[in-house]
Amino acid sequence: MISSIRSYFPQRLSWIPTSRPPHEYFELAGKLLLKHEIPLSEEQISHLVSTSVLTKVDSFERHYFGPRCRRCGNQQAHFFATMPHASCGRDCTYCRYCIQMGRVLACEPIYIGSSNVKWPAPAHPCAWEGTLTPAQEMAADELVTLVQSGGGERLVWAVCGAGKTEMLFPAITKALQQGKRICLATPRTDVVRELLPRMKTAFPQVGVQALYGDSPDKRGNAPFLLATTHQLYRFAHAFDVMIIDEVDAFPFHNDPSLHFVSQRAAKPEAAVIYLTATPRKKQKRKIRYKKLPVTFIPRRFHGHPLPVPQLKLTPTLHRSLKKGELPTRILKSIAEQNLTHRQLLLFLPSIKKAEEIARFLLEEGYDVKAVHAEDTDRAEKIAAFRKKEYRMLVTTTILERGVTFPSVDVFVIDAGHAVFDEAALVQIAGRAGRSHEDPSGNVIFYHIGKTDEMLDAVDAILYMNRLGEKG
Amino acid sequence: MRCVICFEEILPEVTWSTFYKPVEEKKMCSTCASKNEKITVPGCTACFRMDSKGLCRDCLQWQKTSPGVLDGNKSVYAYNAFAKDFVARWKYRGDYVLLEALQEEIQKGLTGDREKQAVYVPLSEEREKERGFNQSKAIIQAAGLQPVSLFQRKHSEKQSKRKKRDRMEAENPFTLIETSPDPVLIVDDIYTTGRTVRHMASLLKAGGCPSVSSFTIFR
Repeated sequence: MISSIRSYFPQRLSWIPTSRPPHEYFELAGKLLLKHEIPLSEEQISHLVSTSVLTKVDSFERHYFGPRCRRCGNQQAHFFATMPHASCGRDCTYCRYCIQMGRVLACEPIYIGSSNVKWPAPAHPCAWEGTLTPAQEMAADELVTLVQSGGGERLVWAVCGAGKTEMLFPAITKALQQGKRICLATPRTDVVRELLPRMKTAFPQVGVQALYGDSPDKRGNAPFLLATTHQLYRFAHAFDVMIIDEVDAFPFHNDPSLHFVSQRAAKPEAAVIYLTATPRKKQKRKIRYKKLPVTFIPRRFHGHPLPVPQLKLTPTLHRSLKKGELPTRILKSIAEQNLTHRQLLLFLPSIKKAEEIARFLLEEGYDVKAVHAEDTDRAEKIAAFRKKEYRMLVTTTILERGVTFPSVDVFVIDAGHAVFDEAALVQIAGRAGRSHEDPSGNVIFYHIGKTDEMLDAVDAILYMNRLGEKG
Repeated sequence: MRCVICFEEILPEVTWSTFYKPVEEKKMCSTCASKNEKITVPGCTACFRMDSKGLCRDCLQWQKTSPGVLDGNKSVYAYNAFAKDFVARWKYRGDYVLLEALQEEIQKGLTGDREKQAVYVPLSEEREKERGFNQSKAIIQAAGLQPVSLFQRKHSEKQSKRKKRDRMEAENPFTLIETSPDPVLIVDDIYTTGRTVRHMASLLKAGGCPSVSSFTIFR
């Protein structure tokens, strides 16, 4: 019985072939694909299988209680279903968890490409000419050592606006020089979109590619990939350096299958780097018990402290929001804010509310736009806001992290709402004061009663500011 | 119990009848069910289009160009945003079991037509292999009827990828293998312009079939 229970728990990756014959199909390197996703003809595929460049693997494995999908690691029974399959004439099981990425059927194998291709090893791949602050440099050195030694994990805990991206450059440079393959994965599409141009200018000779849901280029054959964590469903033992940005963000932190695929995408001997500004409890516990080495940077790159949120009680808030309006008190502070040179970011708890308030503010005569997850031209609107084409952006938690606007004030309306947890509030507060020219900004949480999450967020910010002063 | 569409847990309602009857199993949660718009009062009497009174413009046009080919269409749900999403997941992504959510209503919608021969719309071999199942066969099976094969199809582009005009002018992709002396019901997932079912119906009528009507889930 114990062995049957045990069969349920470990997610062994021993089914991934260990022999990695060298080849020159860059778009197959380290991939895990369904047959129709392979951009080659039938004969070519069977030739590659015979030379074991591609390896056929059963798509499901059985444990005592049922199947487990090898592509997404799902083993919950309600995410499996059977259908009468026309091609094989039998009832086949398929996985409903990862069906968005194409259906995995029990009778169809998955193909794993050997990761052994020769990536170019440029001598000076990095064209970035800025300098790192001493704190950044220390962290960067630690990461370089990790990449060089290969193997192991490290968490970089850096406050919002510490310059995490720049801190990675030396490590990435080192890895590229050694001909290693790197993946920078993050749960958010917006973050990938924002990182792509920055990485392209920093590493112009390397073909940096971005992979996300509707990315124009889907080949994934570059030595340096930026990807959403969902794209890792298509990789197995592919990367020598795996960087996971915003580990604590939705949907990564509460989706076990994303943990599974990001673990699988890295080679067993890979260096894994986690980046975050707000570690979750589980990670903090690991840090405390010294199970996860950590690099802590409590200070922003410009050396100024994080803006501390002000909590403002507005008892009429819910009543006004119900009518799709804002209380006069908030309207007044918005009017005052409009006289300053800073732009304004307004966070609301839901998409519906964000749209209502944007409409309301438009009627009040403000220069305002709303951006949320269901918005089709969200990327353009964000870019326009960054170029200061309009003054005010109403949004939801999708913009809580990863995006940088040079000079903004931040108001959170109804900060007591359940979607604003501690991590979200710290991240939101971190949107303000991110540039050298304007290192401060007002962060105001409007609420109808302080919640623990709000107080914890303020405490966390104060704590980091204290540490930052010391260092 | 979980909703087959959104995977949310469905809590069974506890009423007095649960004391003496087993709890009815639900396939769809109330949130998903509320997004699915049932056709209660068909607007167009011939094709169940919701937003028209009497015969709709399309049906009048059909009466002119090909009179008496199709005796009528019945549908269960309106083809709204939720339905589009449903079809995309069910048919194109191939999530076969999603149909269970609509099974009950399909059976109700077919009550008067159970005597007829339920003919399915064939797919080309290539497409059927890619999809893994035939959507119209699946609907007939979900309704508890026996799917009847009367047609063959040449491989052609997906209807949903074409503009209305192209669809209307497209040549008939079907060939009749066998005629039927009994009334026939053509079953499909969506009725958009009515082109597909009329292609089939015209062949059947020419082969001497007494009556041809159609049933689709969405209109």
